[in-house]
Amino acid sequence: MLCRTANELYWMARHIERAENIARLLDVTYRMSLLPYEVIEPGLAWAEPWAVPLITSGLATAFYERFRELSAENVLRFMILDSSNPSSIYCCLRSARESARSVRGAITSEMYEDLNSAWLEMRGYDYDRIQLTGVSAFLEWVKMRSHLFRGVTFGTMLRDEAYHFNRLGTHIERADNTARILDVKYHTLLPSAADVGGAVDYYQWSALLRSVSGFESYRKIYSDVITPRRVAELLILREDMPRSLHSCIHFIHDTLEVLCDENSREIEQASGELYARLHYGKTDDIIKFGLHEYLIEFLDRISALGGEINRYFLVPT
Amino acid sequence: MAQVLLKGSRLADFTPVSGHLYDEMSSAEGAPRPHYQGFSDWLKRTPVDQIAQKREEAERAFHRIGITFAVYGENGGTERLIPFDIVPRIIPASEWRTLERGLKQRVHALNLFLDDIYHDQSILKAGVIPPERVLANSQYRREMHGMDVPGGIYAHIAGVDIVRADEGAYYVLEDNLRVPSGVSYMLENRRMMMRLFPELFATRAIKPVEHYPDEVAVLTPGAHNSAYFEHAFLAQQMGVELVEGPDLFVQNETVYMRTTRGPRRVHVLYRRVDDDFLDPRAFRPDSMLGVPGLFAAYRAGRVTLANAIGTGVADDKSIYPFVPDMIRFYLTEEPILNNVPTWQLSREDDLRYCLEHLAELVVKEVRVAEREAFRGRIVAQPDKYIAQPTLALSTCPTFTASGLAPRHIDLRPYVLSGKSVNLVPGGLTRVALREGSLVVNSSQGGGTKDTWVMAH
Repeated sequence: MLCRTANELYWMARHIERAENIARLLDVTYRMSLLPYEVIEPGLAWAEPWAVPLITSGLATAFYERFRELSAENVLRFMILDSSNPSSIYCCLRSARESARSVRGAITSEMYEDLNSAWLEMRGYDYDRIQLTGVSAFLEWVKMRSHLFRGVTFGTMLRDEAYHFNRLGTHIERADNTARILDVKYHTLLPSAADVGGAVDYYQWSALLRSVSGFESYRKIYSDVITPRRVAELLILREDMPRSLHSCIHFIHDTLEVLCDENSREIEQASGELYARLHYGKTDDIIKFGLHEYLIEFLDRISALGGEINRYFLVPT
Repeated sequence: MAQVLLKGSRLADFTPVSGHLYDEMSSAEGAPRPHYQGFSDWLKRTPVDQIAQKREEAERAFHRIGITFAVYGENGGTERLIPFDIVPRIIPASEWRTLERGLKQRVHALNLFLDDIYHDQSILKAGVIPPERVLANSQYRREMHGMDVPGGIYAHIAGVDIVRADEGAYYVLEDNLRVPSGVSYMLENRRMMMRLFPELFATRAIKPVEHYPDEVAVLTPGAHNSAYFEHAFLAQQMGVELVEGPDLFVQNETVYMRTTRGPRRVHVLYRRVDDDFLDPRAFRPDSMLGVPGLFAAYRAGRVTLANAIGTGVADDKSIYPFVPDMIRFYLTEEPILNNVPTWQLSREDDLRYCLEHLAELVVKEVRVAEREAFRGRIVAQPDKYIAQPTLALSTCPTFTASGLAPRHIDLRPYVLSGKSVNLVPGGLTRVALREGSLVVNSSQGGGTKDTWVMAH
């Protein structure tokens, strides 16, 4: 397969997944912003809930270049509709659709048609229409389009290289995003240490779990109060939790085993090592190491793996 | 009545002056011509709402499949649907036989001409064509001089635009020897007709159109090109890779594509990128679409390009008037298909005639002031212009908002040259959907029809 084709398929999948995760991130922020909070240290801008999506996606600087004031409206405009923010939902869907268009021969017509209609609908949204629809309802729509596209992909695509690069993109992006969303909680939000374990804390954790479709799974598995330790276990180490880091890396490693040949064995080894750390990892060790530190290290590793994939398969020089 | 054409332009809008037009379906008395009898009967007995429903079905299908073309300059590079009309253009077997012979003869002569001007230039030495017409032409590629191409074939795929006028005679309006487009629409139109009206094909002997040579990779300028759909479609139909310039690289005069399993050699490129942009080292240095070193690999005979580099000189407007002479010169045959009568404004007599008649030209968009300015441009550079009479293009019944109505059509058959010269039966029929308009281009309100060649 042409490197360019693989690259487009990979980024098509990443952009769809990113649009979904931005929607999830905004949704959890929106829910959290409805809860009481106060900024304890003035100047600590990220203690504001609406700073969270900007910080986790590394877009705070870009935001302040465009907007002076941190407000719900500005963040929503920036993260959903801004055509100059390459990670806005608008840009993600546009990029995904452009990628699909340029590799139409490599995907099924159902996939193209689905993505095309998602994009056409997206173009019909402006800020007023999103307000009219309701912010949550709009974000739900984004999630549903992503679900739909994934389903069409799964249900129609030949299991060939094109499929593998597509799924690789989905899971690299998802692993990155789950780690970032989980880290959100550590950047933020509790007014004071005394509130840890309090009602606000509980709502924040449950909002976070909901944002990764993990609330119900949590209930099923633990049937108990929400503790950071268990959330970390669920979203990092549980192999049966589809958005957990373990599950994503498992998938990535399996896919790379298929894609790599003798020249690219090192990439497979890197993913294998990452997989082993998650497969045999212990929650205690993570907590001891520090959840935030652990997640930062994970993000570095997944980004390095992405870089290797890029250099070998997608954009060779 | 004459109409002046800018070099490279098409017939402009006009309202036919004479009431007498050749209609493909009906004779002057209004009776269906024999080869349309079957279709005409079908049309009469099929309920109107059923046809309307089929037309909607066709439009939805074209939209969903995404048979579109990109429109430059519109907001965000939009894609548009080329309107498809369900009334086929039908060509009787005997007429097709003549067209086929004439097209083979013409394209054969054009290939001989290209081989000649890049080698011995005997046609120039014999004085049949003024040498400066060829050698000073911007489409003449000095770099190709003395180079042999496989089989002496330059234009592997040629699209020759044919119109029918007056009492039903066919004329060649234009040769397209560079990167002729439209094949995908021709194939999709047929697929659509078979899907919508299987009964029409079941009862009639209509030659199949699927017949296209295999190649190894299709080189496209990319997703923003207006014909990108066609490039992707052809690559898919041929089962070969669709590549863009940056997908390829040249090492040791050999062309490779970058794949996820490492470099893979490419032997044949069906390229849909213009000469100028093929190789920044050989041609336009600012080209981002090309492959550095491609021309060197081509010269070394390490890769075949279809069509060859430098074919544009043979389909240039200034060379067009000489094609009948080429046929006589190379094949010592009389041309089977005629050119549209053409005045060459570089000839004094022709120029005088045209300037005398320019005032009475019915080019309705051109106001007097503009016409005067235009006259100035012609006088300044007469060899840039040719003039042709406005042809009363034949019409074919077409579905319009107010029911079936005659609309002007042309025909682009595709001539494939390799070891032998072959034609895809039929071709792409384009139809000017606006009443009275002669503009069949898809970018200016043109549509397409399926083209049927009767087998007997």
